[in-house]
Amino acid sequence: MNNAFPWLSAAIWIPIAFGVIILGAGRDRNGGVVKAVALFGSALGLLATVPLMTQFDPAKAGMQFVEKAAWIDRLHAEYYLGIDGLSMWFVPLTALLTLVVVIAGWEVVTDRVAQYFGAFLILSGLMVGVFAAVDGLLFYIFFEATLIPMYIIIGVWGGPNRVYAAFKFFLYTLLGSLLMLVALVYLYQASGGSFDILTWHATRIPLAVQELLFLAFFAAFAVKVPMFPVHTWLPDAHVEAPTGGSIILAAIMLKLGAYGFLRFSLPITPDASRELAWFVITLSLVAVVYIGFVALVQSDMKKLVAYSSIAHMGFVTLGLFMFGQIGTEGAIVQMISHGFVSGAMFMCIGVLYDRMHSRNIADYGGVVNTMPHFAAFMMLFAMANCGLPATSGFVGEFMVILGAVKYNPLIGFVAATTLILGAAYSLWMYKRVIFGAVGNSHVAELKDINGRETLGLGILAVAVLWLGIYPAPITTPMHASVAGLLQHVSQSKIPAGQ
Amino acid sequence: MSMDQLNLNAVVPELTLLVGAGIVMVADLFTPDERRNRTYLLSLAVLAVVAVECWSALAGDVVGYAFNGMYVTDPMANVLKLASCIATGVTLVYAQGYARDRGLWRGELFTLALFVLLGIQVMISANHMLVIYLGLELQALSLYALAALRRDEARATEAAMKYFVLGALASGFLLYGMSMLYGASGTLDLNELAHRISTGRVASRAALVLGCVFIVSGLAFKLGAVPFHMWIPDVYQGAPTPVTLLIGAAPKMAAFAIAFRLLVEGLLPIAADWQRMLVLLALASLLVGNVTAIAQSNLKRMLGYSTIGQMGFVLLAMLSGVVGGSTASTANAYSAAMFYVIVYALTTLGTFGIVLLLARQGFEAEEIADLRGLNRRSPWYAFVMALLMLSLAGVPPTVGFYAKLVVLQALLASGAGPAVIWLAVIAVLLSLVAAFYYLRIIKVMYFEEPLDDAAIVAPQDMRVALSLNGVAIIVLSFVPQTLLALCSTAMLRTLGG
Repeated sequence: MNNAFPWLSAAIWIPIAFGVIILGAGRDRNGGVVKAVALFGSALGLLATVPLMTQFDPAKAGMQFVEKAAWIDRLHAEYYLGIDGLSMWFVPLTALLTLVVVIAGWEVVTDRVAQYFGAFLILSGLMVGVFAAVDGLLFYIFFEATLIPMYIIIGVWGGPNRVYAAFKFFLYTLLGSLLMLVALVYLYQASGGSFDILTWHATRIPLAVQELLFLAFFAAFAVKVPMFPVHTWLPDAHVEAPTGGSIILAAIMLKLGAYGFLRFSLPITPDASRELAWFVITLSLVAVVYIGFVALVQSDMKKLVAYSSIAHMGFVTLGLFMFGQIGTEGAIVQMISHGFVSGAMFMCIGVLYDRMHSRNIADYGGVVNTMPHFAAFMMLFAMANCGLPATSGFVGEFMVILGAVKYNPLIGFVAATTLILGAAYSLWMYKRVIFGAVGNSHVAELKDINGRETLGLGILAVAVLWLGIYPAPITTPMHASVAGLLQHVSQSKIPAGQ
Repeated sequence: MSMDQLNLNAVVPELTLLVGAGIVMVADLFTPDERRNRTYLLSLAVLAVVAVECWSALAGDVVGYAFNGMYVTDPMANVLKLASCIATGVTLVYAQGYARDRGLWRGELFTLALFVLLGIQVMISANHMLVIYLGLELQALSLYALAALRRDEARATEAAMKYFVLGALASGFLLYGMSMLYGASGTLDLNELAHRISTGRVASRAALVLGCVFIVSGLAFKLGAVPFHMWIPDVYQGAPTPVTLLIGAAPKMAAFAIAFRLLVEGLLPIAADWQRMLVLLALASLLVGNVTAIAQSNLKRMLGYSTIGQMGFVLLAMLSGVVGGSTASTANAYSAAMFYVIVYALTTLGTFGIVLLLARQGFEAEEIADLRGLNRRSPWYAFVMALLMLSLAGVPPTVGFYAKLVVLQALLASGAGPAVIWLAVIAVLLSLVAAFYYLRIIKVMYFEEPLDDAAIVAPQDMRVALSLNGVAIIVLSFVPQTLLALCSTAMLRTLGG
């Protein structure tokens, strides 16, 4: 595969290159051209990910589409890319959501248009880089670099309290990842001077050190996921972020954390992971149940969906730390599904916000009377959000619950409450916003979604339904890699004689 | 390689600089005010020639001694000399608009700047304690005069006074320490000193260690490490901005060089003693510098405190070079420190360059609020400033991240003991604190609206230089390998040769 076209590099650098061009040449007065270039760039970025899907060999557990080049000899760090069954779906997911974001921001953004679209395109490339990096240093750089455009996006185009939210977002996530940096440098020393993640997978580490490393990684990834109790930055960031920012934040950036668990915590510190699984599982269940209740009482739509994201991500971490095939695959499916569903929910809220400039549930009511098409779309996504069968939300949750029941029926029982809680907060919000008599004169004047919005929501609707009805193409490429990972995790890496 | 010769070949750059500074001084006497550009161009030409000489010495991989071994030219010295030469030249280019508007565009600025550089080069190449002192004083006296260049302004005069008094105190510390080392060992030559200590030919170990304490204090003064940092914020804020840049960029490289010469080449056998001092200095600098910077509203003052925090990282790298008497990782650690200092100087040039860019007649642009809405006024310079701030904060993918990374790596390589790991954790947590005030600059530039839409007036050559400075940061962010390798091989050659 070494001589093949570098599709992964293309998926990373095409959006970044377009972003840089837009930043460099775009001004508000030629906003139309900027948008067209942004659309073209994100579409091209998505096209570059197609071969990754079609040429991926599901039978292989190892890295595919490998690219390797010298980078920093002084630190033995390499420009080393590759994807396996764990990461491959996140690359097209990122590219697709970027396209949706460009569509979602088309008419809405009028101020500093070039910087808005440039930031999103660069962010897209950086996130693909996180999923594709096989070199620890490269991973860290992509992982951290994503903070910068998001900080700017929240701070420049966000709501009234945007400065606070932007700082909280940046500093919270930086805190976790700085500890991870120390862990990475430690691993570099411990592995005899290598930043290769696959070498780290084979490095033997004493249990006490593994636990410290695990906690350092946990600090970085738990904040990013986010897990209870370090989730508090997320509602603030979501509420203040512009629609596109919320979509990317919920759909992709949260996955970076969960992906980190898969790529770093589980295989590098397997003994510590097994040792501390109870801790992660407990926090996950708290997220599922407690945060589910918190979501129930929100009066702000964005906050509600933000809390529901935390609860759903609790499912992901739960699935990851039960070390079963079905639970782990369920977690990955849940990550992908949540990418579509949360992205769609935030886009729906964005559609309403653009018209009413309010996110308060109480300001709405009876929207179905004036926006029937929109109501139909939002119905689908709300159903997916509460895990209705035949939507993508069901597949992942069901698999995780199956895994949990196998692991410990009590955990399975607690986890299954999400189906009730999820239905409660999603449908209750839907009912208050969409159904009933027309709430006020503003609602009466609402116009239904236009072609652009239909396109954005339509793309996501197709994805949600496809993943819900026929998930096999998504799960097939995972089997080998997940089995390999679990086999790896089940073996002790404590040095012999300790 | 003979030690017992005059060997003037090894001091060609310094001789050029001395002659050049003399010519500039004399030529300026016959230059009327309206033709001051001639002096400026002549100074730049001198700097260019010196830079080329340093470069060719570096490319020729020369290791030579001059003045009977009192003076050394090695790759580390050549890299640092080249960098300080560039830094001084860039400073003069940046200074142009600001200095013209404020009547500082005079011959003294150029002559003194060249003498500062001469002092710096002497310090960098010194292999003998007296030569270190000579270089230090030449640099310091020129800088005192430069700081007082705006003698009609109260704050500048106050800053110059503080700088002079505290600087003289620091020089005194250093000299006193040297005298003690001389008393204990009977030599002022650094290599000979290390040799005598390691073979036990010292009169009194107590005097030696006490001398070391004074040496470290003096170095801490020059680097600006806590608790010897008090002069930094006042001088940074009070001095005219171009002079702040002259104080802030190149002299840090010289301070690093003499710290290396004194501690590593001279006092290596008692490393265990000074390492412990450096740990305290590093932690205190990181803590005080970064926490105090948060409270500042003056940009120059904030950058002063940020410098203190940055120096904490340099000290961290310096203390991790020697592990239990073994010098296996020495080159690794000192090349990390060297990389850090060079990157720091490059970043400092850029940040003060932005301050100078925004300044205009009667407006200093030195409050953080003056950066408000810079993104609206000039997206490119706002972007450069944002990049510089992220680099100082050490956020990837900027070059400042690699600087912090190699320091952390050197630190953890110096022994996997828990103490070292805790040190690393504290350092990164304090750089989180630092991230807050650097991000605040980005916030002011991007999230707020400009107070005035006044066009940015700056000479063309300054704009070009500042843009190149930004481009250099971008390029180094993507391919840090070249500079890292340069520092690495230079340090290996210096320690090996």
